[in-house]
Amino acid sequence: MQLEESIRHELARPEKDILLMTHIVLGYPSLEVNRQVISQMVANGVELIEMQIPFSEPMADGPTIVRANQEALAAGTTVAACLEFAEEMCRTHKTSFLFMTYYNILYKFGIEEFFKKARQIGIKGFIIPDLPPEEGEDFWRLAGEYDIAPILIYAPTSTEARMQELAKSAQGFIYCVARKGVTGQQTDFDNDFESYMARCRRGATGLPLAVGFGISSRADIAYLTGKADIGVIGTATINLVDKEGPEAVGPFIAGLR
Amino acid sequence: MQKTGYYGQWGGAYIPEILFETFQELNAAFAAAKADPAFWQEYVGLMATYSCRPTPLTHAANLSEHFGGAQIYIKREDLNHTGAHKANNVMGQGLLVKRMGKKRVIAETGAGQHGVATATMAAKFGLECTIYMGEEDVMRQRPNVFWMEKLGATVVPVTSGSKTLKDAINEAFRDWVTRMDDTHYVMGTVCGPHPFPEMVAWFQSIIGQEAHEQINKQFGALPARVYACVGGGSNAMGIFQGFLEHPEVELIGVEAGGHGVDTGQHAARLASKDASAGVAQGYHTMFLQNNDGQMMDTHSVAAGLDYIGVSPILADLWEQGRVRFAAATDQEVMAALELTMKREGIIPALESSHAFVQAYKEAGTLRPDQAIIVNMSGRGDKDIFTVAHAFDDPSWKEFIRKKGAEYAA
Repeated sequence: MQLEESIRHELARPEKDILLMTHIVLGYPSLEVNRQVISQMVANGVELIEMQIPFSEPMADGPTIVRANQEALAAGTTVAACLEFAEEMCRTHKTSFLFMTYYNILYKFGIEEFFKKARQIGIKGFIIPDLPPEEGEDFWRLAGEYDIAPILIYAPTSTEARMQELAKSAQGFIYCVARKGVTGQQTDFDNDFESYMARCRRGATGLPLAVGFGISSRADIAYLTGKADIGVIGTATINLVDKEGPEAVGPFIAGLR
Repeated sequence: MQKTGYYGQWGGAYIPEILFETFQELNAAFAAAKADPAFWQEYVGLMATYSCRPTPLTHAANLSEHFGGAQIYIKREDLNHTGAHKANNVMGQGLLVKRMGKKRVIAETGAGQHGVATATMAAKFGLECTIYMGEEDVMRQRPNVFWMEKLGATVVPVTSGSKTLKDAINEAFRDWVTRMDDTHYVMGTVCGPHPFPEMVAWFQSIIGQEAHEQINKQFGALPARVYACVGGGSNAMGIFQGFLEHPEVELIGVEAGGHGVDTGQHAARLASKDASAGVAQGYHTMFLQNNDGQMMDTHSVAAGLDYIGVSPILADLWEQGRVRFAAATDQEVMAALELTMKREGIIPALESSHAFVQAYKEAGTLRPDQAIIVNMSGRGDKDIFTVAHAFDDPSWKEFIRKKGAEYAA
């Protein structure tokens, strides 16, 4: 429950109409740059940060994050180094940190060992896009035991019945993918999106809703305010760091809401 | 809880949520087709009139004599339309696509045989077609790229990761999550999330059904051993299914030994000590991966075997001890290819030549009143550049130089 409580606590503050979750790929372009980027994100009020542990087969990601995964691995980023870095981040900042990665990283580490380690570090949630609730029985049990929220994903293709089914395994919040496709392409917000969000709200059985995929501007965040509880900025900051360096992240985040 | 799509501990469906409904639809369509005898009849009829089924079982008399052991029989999947067993699966999935009413197909391809087969099926059934192929494979299987494009398909070279088959699969999934409404992903092998292993194995079982009947008729008994190369494992599953129920028939899967199973440069999952259990590309199997769970670069002279994972069905049969696994090195493959050409006038694909290597190693240890079957999954025409290069053929090089000069002019 720790993640949902932190989110509720933040949302209860009168100046917070919508929370921000940002994303980084650990080791891309380096852990040192990750450190600077995270400091700027935190200093500018980001409430949640998902740290992606790179994987060689990032099936659900688009070209920018695929390349970031690949380059992080090529630079020698290990799971052990990611865990060590995550521990430092959780110790240094009060922001809620989550791990995003693919199931094989946990599987190979040992599912329970990974939960134990993440709990010890202070990680509050896991986003594992290739693990549906039908698979990985131990994962769902251990999420409860270690109080690390498994974040489930709703898609525009999800029926309301499926959403309700997913909500049974979900904790913390629901990650609503704004459109079909992979990460990093523009999303068009239209009437279909609004009815999708209404469906998500009905299916989420009270959990907060985050919206991600293609969210990159103040206008996007303004549009989502009132419809979602959390706006997710992913590929946009990676592109920004690539083009303008880590120091551009602070002003960008500050300008989002 | 009995989970679907598992073979022992292997298999499953580790799919992103966005594809949940698509898989529901696919599972329902496949279950309905499998339960409908008319569907299988339509499939067999199509393969008899459009492809070349039943493909012959050839007695390799010269090679049998050469090794002085078992009678060697070759199941001729090379004589299928498009030159490999891949057509079996593709035409079957094509009929399923028609039932589902989808307008577009996508596929991954390694050697290009699955891509050519899919492009062919799309042309015949009037479907739009995009093929994902690792950039490295585009280079080494250029003739197939040419034919795919001429058949009307768009070929997308994949530049991420190791630029081979696994990366083409990732890219095909990325396409599918974007266009699942009108698109079917024609998975080329008995891997990936359920129902693909079961579906592809079902369509490929036609090989084993025929081979079983043919060996009984031609040789008068079941074979002692059946050999098949294993990349993902579809041709192996195809022929093995004809003999699984007969424990006296030993089944041997031959993986890519590359530069040798001790060199780290190979694609032997079950025949080396380098693989471990993992979950990737939508399923649980034995993968060539490091201790962090990152997939390793694999190597094989045969693009179609150059893959990190193996069919969950074969992983289970391996664990049960029902299928034995061996590896053939690039060098052994070239020797077996040459011998098969010279002695029998048959040109196996580099992939298929792996099966021949192991059969040749063992034929002499069996008696002449015993038979073995080698599944020749495809023909070698596509490999002309790779094979000519490996033989360092002077007249071929001269030809390429002249052609190069002609185009440069």
